[in-house]
Parts: sequence; C-alpha cells; structure tokens
Amino acid sequence: MAKQHITFTLNGEKIEILVEPRELLIHTLREKLHQTGSHIGCETSHCGACTVDLNGKSVKSCTVLTVQAEGGTVTTVEGLATNGQLHPLQEGFMQEHGLQCGYCTPGMLMRAYRFLQENPNPSEEEIRWGMSGNLCRCTGYQNIVKAVQYAAKKLQAAGGA
Amino acid sequence: MASTAEDLDREQKLEGIGCARKRKEDPRFIQGKGYYVDDVQLPGTLFGAVVRSPYAHARIKSINKDKAMALPGVKAVLTAEDLKPLKLHWMPTLAGDVQAVLADEKVCFQYQEIAMVIADDRYIAADGVDLVEVEYEPLPALVDPHKAMDADAPVIREDLVGKDEAGQGKRVHNNHIFRWEVGDKAGTDKVFDGAEVTVKQAMVNPRVHPCPLETCGCVASFDKARGDLTVYMTSQAPHVIRTVVSLLSGLPESKIRIISPDIGGGFGNKVGVYPGYVVAIVASIVLGRPVKWIESRIDNLSTTAFARDYHMVGELAADKNGRIKGLRVNVLADHGAFNAHAQPTKWPAGLFSICTGSYDIPTAHVQVDGVYTNKAPGGVAYRCSFRVTEAVHLIERMIDILALKLGIDKAEIRLRNFIQPEQFPYNSALGWQYDSGNYPAALKKVMEAVDYAGLRKEQEEKRKRGELMGIGICTFTEIVGAGPSKACDVLGVGMFDSCEIRVHPTGSAIARMGTISQGQGHQTTYAQIIATELGLPSEVIQVEEGDTSTAPYGLGTYGSRSTPVGGAATAVAARKIRDKARNIAAHLLEVSPDDLDWDIDRFKVKGVPGQEKTMKEIAWAAYNNVPPGMEMGLEAVEYYDPPNFTYPFGAYVCVLDIDRYTGETKVRRFYALDDCGTRINPMIIEGQIHGGLTEAFAVAMGQLLSFDEDGNIQGNSLMDYFLPTAVETPHWETDYTVTPSPHHPLGAKGVAESPHVGGIPCFTNGVNDAFSHLGVTHIDMPHTAFSVWKTLHELGLDKRP
Repeated sequence: MAKQHITFTLNGEKIEILVEPRELLIHTLREKLHQTGSHIGCETSHCGACTVDLNGKSVKSCTVLTVQAEGGTVTTVEGLATNGQLHPLQEGFMQEHGLQCGYCTPGMLMRAYRFLQENPNPSEEEIRWGMSGNLCRCTGYQNIVKAVQYAAKKLQAAGGA
Repeated sequence: MASTAEDLDREQKLEGIGCARKRKEDPRFIQGKGYYVDDVQLPGTLFGAVVRSPYAHARIKSINKDKAMALPGVKAVLTAEDLKPLKLHWMPTLAGDVQAVLADEKVCFQYQEIAMVIADDRYIAADGVDLVEVEYEPLPALVDPHKAMDADAPVIREDLVGKDEAGQGKRVHNNHIFRWEVGDKAGTDKVFDGAEVTVKQAMVNPRVHPCPLETCGCVASFDKARGDLTVYMTSQAPHVIRTVVSLLSGLPESKIRIISPDIGGGFGNKVGVYPGYVVAIVASIVLGRPVKWIESRIDNLSTTAFARDYHMVGELAADKNGRIKGLRVNVLADHGAFNAHAQPTKWPAGLFSICTGSYDIPTAHVQVDGVYTNKAPGGVAYRCSFRVTEAVHLIERMIDILALKLGIDKAEIRLRNFIQPEQFPYNSALGWQYDSGNYPAALKKVMEAVDYAGLRKEQEEKRKRGELMGIGICTFTEIVGAGPSKACDVLGVGMFDSCEIRVHPTGSAIARMGTISQGQGHQTTYAQIIATELGLPSEVIQVEEGDTSTAPYGLGTYGSRSTPVGGAATAVAARKIRDKARNIAAHLLEVSPDDLDWDIDRFKVKGVPGQEKTMKEIAWAAYNNVPPGMEMGLEAVEYYDPPNFTYPFGAYVCVLDIDRYTGETKVRRFYALDDCGTRINPMIIEGQIHGGLTEAFAVAMGQLLSFDEDGNIQGNSLMDYFLPTAVETPHWETDYTVTPSPHHPLGAKGVAESPHVGGIPCFTNGVNDAFSHLGVTHIDMPHTAFSVWKTLHELGLDKRP
C-alpha cells in the first residue's frame, strides 16, 4: 500500500510522518513516535485506555486512522504537564488515590481534561456519565470521581482551564 | 511508641506503618511514563500473531503455510511440527497435566493456538495469520460438564486414553481429571440422617474471566552471541516462570532473565504459562531477534485463564434453632480441555475446603470432581485465594437458605453460628487452623451502622406495597497468604517469599522482593514496613521487584500473599539489620547491646539521656567502624516460610431495589467492614476494597463467558463482557476492625481479595432476599436485568396494574 505523508501537531510539536492508510493513530503514537503513555486495552473503542485529544475532542485512538489526524492537533498524556508543572488533574489523581495499576490512567486523564472544558463545574453524576467511556478495573471509580472534583475546584480557583 | 510531641513528629516523618502515604508509583503513571510490556521496544523486534481454531473440537487435516511465508515481511510460521523436534509442542501445566503449546493434530477448544506468524510488524503478522490455510474435520463438541462422564461422551484428550491418572489422582472416565475429597464422609452422612432440619441447593459459579485492562504478552529476546535469554513478560510470578522456562528450554536458570515490568492489572490472569509466551521464546531463539507477542482482547477473553465454572450442590444439617450441625458439598468442576488451573500443586480444588466459612460447623465433607470439556483451559483465582470465592459463595448462600427455611433472620442465624472470639485458634472440620477473628463484633458494628432493624422494617412496608427491596448480608472468612511450604508448593518449589534489604552508608536503603505489584502499591507499602522497622524515612527506601536477575527468588503476587508472606519477609529482614545495628550502636556508645533501647529511629542507652545513635549514624558506621570480628556492611535477606495461612474476614451489607417492570437492580447502599489485621497504609487498603467490590459487582451482576452447543464462545469482547463503568458502579462505604494475626510478624493478613470474595455473595444474597417472601429460594448469578426480569415474569410481577 502506498504510504501517505501526514502532518499534524503532537503536544505542541510539528510531526511529519509516512504511514500506511490503514495504520491506527494509537500505533503511530506508540510505535513510530514512541509516545507510549496512551495504551491499548480492547481494540473496540470500549475501554478508553487509548483516549487522546484530537482537535478539541476526546477520541479513542485505537479506532482512529492516523490519516484522519492530517493537519490536526493531538494532545496525549505526555503533553498534559506544562513547563514542568503537573496539570491539576495529574495532581488530583495522585492526591485522591485515583489510580492503581496505572494502565487506564493516561486515558482517564485525557478524557477528564476534555470533560472539564466541556463542563467546568460538574456534579458527581455528571462526572460519572462524562467519564463512562473509560473503564478502570482497579479503583471502582470512587477516587477517580474525587480526582476530577479536585481538579475542577483547582481549575475554577485559577480562573478556568 | 511515641510519648511526646517531639517523638510523634519523629515517628510521623518516617511515614511508616499506619500512614496513608501517597503512592511512590504515581508520578510515572500520571505522566505517561509507566513501562508496560508493550512499551518495551527493542531494536529489530519482530511481532508474533497467533492462528487460532474456529472450531471447539476438530481434527487438523493439514496446515499450509506457503501463502503466508510468501508475504513480504513474514519471517516464520511456526506450528506443532516445528516445535516437535525441540519437544516443545506440549508443555507441563501447574496441575500435573500437559497442554498443547500449538495444536498437535487436533484442537480441543475454540480459539486454540494452531500456529504463530512472525513478521516485521504487527500489521504484516495479522495479514499472515489470514493467509495460513488450515483444513479441519469437525468433531462433536462437549460443552456441558454434566455430560462429560456420559458413556457416549466425545473423548477430548486422546493423549490420555487408557491412562487412569492425569496428574491429580485416580480418574474413572476419559473426560474425568480427578476426584478430591476432604472431611468425614460417614460422620457427615450420619449427622444428615439424624438432623432436625436439612436444606439442599444446587448453584453455579459461572465461567468468568479476570480481564485486566492490559492483556497478557511478552517480548522474548535471545542473544545468540552471549547465549542469554531475556523475557519481558506480564507475569505475576516471574521467578517461577524462569524455572519453568529453564526446565522447558534446557537453558540454565542463570542464562535466563525474566522481567515483569509495570503490569496493567493481573487479578489471577497473569499467573500461568501460556502458549504465546512459549512460542515467542522459541521464535526468538530460532531467529535470534526479539519477538513480541501481545494478546488481543478477544484472544485474552477466549483463551488465557478463565475463572470459576464450579457447579456446586450444598447441603446443611441443623437443629430447629438454626445451629448448623453438618455441611455436605458436591462439586463438578469444569476445567476445560487441559487441566491448567493455577493452584498450589497439591490442591486440585485449591483451598475450597474453607467452605465451612465463619461458622462453627462440627462435621463436614466435600467432594470435587474435575472434568474436561471443549473449552479453554484455566480455573485461575480471579482476585481471590485459590477457589475461595466459590467456597464463600456456597456457604453464604446456604446459610441464607437455611434461615429462610427456619424463618430466622439472616443476621441472627449468623450470630448463632459464628466461631466465637475465644475459640481462636480454631480448628475447622475440614482441617484448617483459623488464626484469629472476632466475627460477632464485626457484624454487630455493621448492623448498627446501616440500621439493620430499620432496613428490615422498611423492607416489610415496601413488600406490602408490592415493591422489591433486598438486603444482602455476607460474613466471610478468607484464607490467604499461601503458604506454608509443608502444605503448598508450585512444581515442587515451596511457597515462601523473600526480601533483601541493603542499607547504604548515608542511610538510604534498597529493598528487592520476590513478589510483583500489579497495582497494589508495593513500592509504597513495603517501604513503610522498613521505615517503621529500621527508623529510616520511607522516602529514601527504594523498592524493586520483578527482575529475576536482581530480586531474590520468590513465588510472586496472587492469592493475597504479598503482605502475609512478602511483608513478613520484609519485617524479618529489617529486624536482622536492626539486630546488627544494635551491636554497632553498642560498640559506638561503648555499652553492652543489652543496655540499649530501640526508640523509633535510634538506639538509646537506658537511663542516660542524650547517649544515643540514630540509624543514619549507625549506617555510616557500618561501613567504617564496626565491632571487632563483625563484617562490614548493613544488609540482610529473608526467605520467609509462613507457619500458617492468614484468615482475613469481614461483614458486608448491601441494600438494593429492583424495578419490577424492567428487572433492573439499583444498589442503594453497600457497607463493607474488613478486618485484615494490622493496617499498613489505610489509603491503599481503602482503594483495594473499592476495586475488589467493583469486581464483585461485575461478577454478581453481569459477567459470564457462555458457549453455544457447538462450543463457540459468545460474548468475548468488551462489547458483551461486562466491565462496569463509573455509571453503574455503586458508591462504596468502608469500615474496619483490627484483629491482628498472631503468627505474622506485623499482625497483617492481606486485604485486596476480600472485597471480591465477600462482595459477590453479598450482592447475590441481596437479589435473592428481594424475592425471598415470594417462595424463591435461589437464583443463580449473574443477575442481569434480563435474568431478574425472567424471575419477575415467572412470578407475574412484571404486569403493570
């Protein structure tokens, strides 16, 4: 298959890459660009371990073709901290014990990152619905909810995301 | 013990036992810097993908690799024929049986491994799989374990025909694996014959899968020049894996390095040795390049290690006051096509004989028959100690059924039958010695917290209005921390565990363990144990696990054994160091070691204020000024062989409401009191309990691997297999009591599996309780809305007025 020349922005850096048209974004990120923070858990869009931000939306990168990112902006967990400063969500997950094995965590963080921009002051129920595309087998979600609340509060105090 | 504010401050700075210390693991995970097996990217890595059988039972007539081999980028296609000259086409299982690594002339379950295609990248490998041509002759499939021992049942294991033994005792049929009996059969029969009341119930713990979010996989890398094999592997037991790989490959253990990197959840799925690992290793040895094999989710749910599939009949004999006199249990265990359950070798039904539970039952008998069917092999302990979930489920359902028959309240009947605090250590009728417990205190505390009497009153009022409300109770006892080497081994290796601690001159330390975390937070909690034992801040204590070239040999992490066994090893190793430190301190202070008192982080001369040496000072001295005749350095290693198992327990109550018209169950409240003895990190304990309860909720309310009559697995992706989201998952309330284990150096018992073991029967008891006034005795799991609706429909309750 003829490879396609693709250009996009990843965590603020411009990327140029040749990929097969069938290549999935998660594989490009992990295997070609060595950004292994995003994980693969199910290959069917159910678990959300591969969640990244693409053009201002949460997407499951195991079911997005890399060619679909052409000209776009991708943010992964590796791009969440800025200037060496952890994002309030990263702090929240650590402070509230919102992770155990850590495998779902990058996807959870990236979904929450977008969710809190969609709904900066969510109720617990809204958080549970807003995060329901991301599965966790370890925590039972209670502390993930608290972690998102921690970040929401902190972001609100700082005057928004 | 701290007595002044200054002492307290000193103690708190250590962040030792009892501190809700934040996890040391988290910074890497929240920044995407975890290192899981699929993150291992070695130069020149090839990818393996597995060709799998579409049939559950079939003869392989031919395999044609030509088209696959012709695909550019395909480096090899390995089949059983290729492994045969190496004698690696079959491998021993942990249960004394053998398992085909790649199908040898015949397939015995759907998705069985036929061949591995090894290619330059995962896309080419997947294309290659499609090009391997396999011709099959389908055979009738045996799916129902109840038909396994019929006279005309299809023979699944032709390799065993004529053998009256398959590794775990006598067998009586081609599809029979073993019969295991424990207890007093004649005595139990006699108790039942003379009993005032008996109850009997058949129930199923259906086939489920642990389904960690990360699937299984490995990267095998054989260095031809050095003759060394390194394997990165999702393994809960890397040291045992090294021994097995050595036995299979003939390479000395010293030439094999198994590394378990970060593991994305295990829950029992990552204990065993799977064909994918073996073939990837062979491929790397043959090709001299690293070979990566990573399961897809469908492969994972279909092949590597199901749990449960226990078809049980329980019976209780009692007097009319509800005092239990005897327990009788018969189990039919579906082990799939190969007996590859992961239990201590001598225990074909694991620790199932803990099924007398928290109750003082004088007489009992248990019989378990294992059978082959055309399903994937396994039978792992899914977030539990070996077969303990099944055991607790049985007794907790049976005691509810007895209460129902006698019209006794379900909490009251438990209080009448509990082993009393003064009876510990308690010898159970089936041979266990329970170390410690206080069951009545735990249940009473929970009953008060949830206002149990008020809930029953509310339920009565709701029933009058035709509403369905259930109150589930479970008062479980686990048996964990396998285990004493006299009782437990894996392939002949005793189930001890280990810790090696080195204290550096400047007072920091490194500890290496035989266990391996899969999210339990070992780096955090083991450091806390050492901090308390050695008086060094946990912040400067580094904990490493999972690399067989650096860590001492250990049996790994499963069956809640890390704190009971690895934690004990840590405490004992630290105490060896403290003993040496005492002698060094005595030398420095020019007193006898007996004149010194240990005080948080230092030794003090008795009665002489100010005469003291801190552990940090002693560490420095250990490298330059030790007593004459003492060797330098400050380190110790402990291989801890526990004297007994530990027996954590708990009392759980759930309250749920059922929608009469849809069958949907809403868990309104779940209150979990756990007693795991001494608590090392309360934050981590609570997190483990939340997670275990959520997995219990998943099993009770929805998880099921089902098969059609041809043995086709149904629902083997996350589209169908139930993993609860944040929306369905209930809110958890946790509580605790502390009854230390008398034989554990710290009094700790282990906790992570209790909520799964105790949670499942609590939910199912709750659903059954909602129907108990309507003549319903028992409904099997999983309690999906459809399953509950069927009961409602049969009772005519789903008709709207």
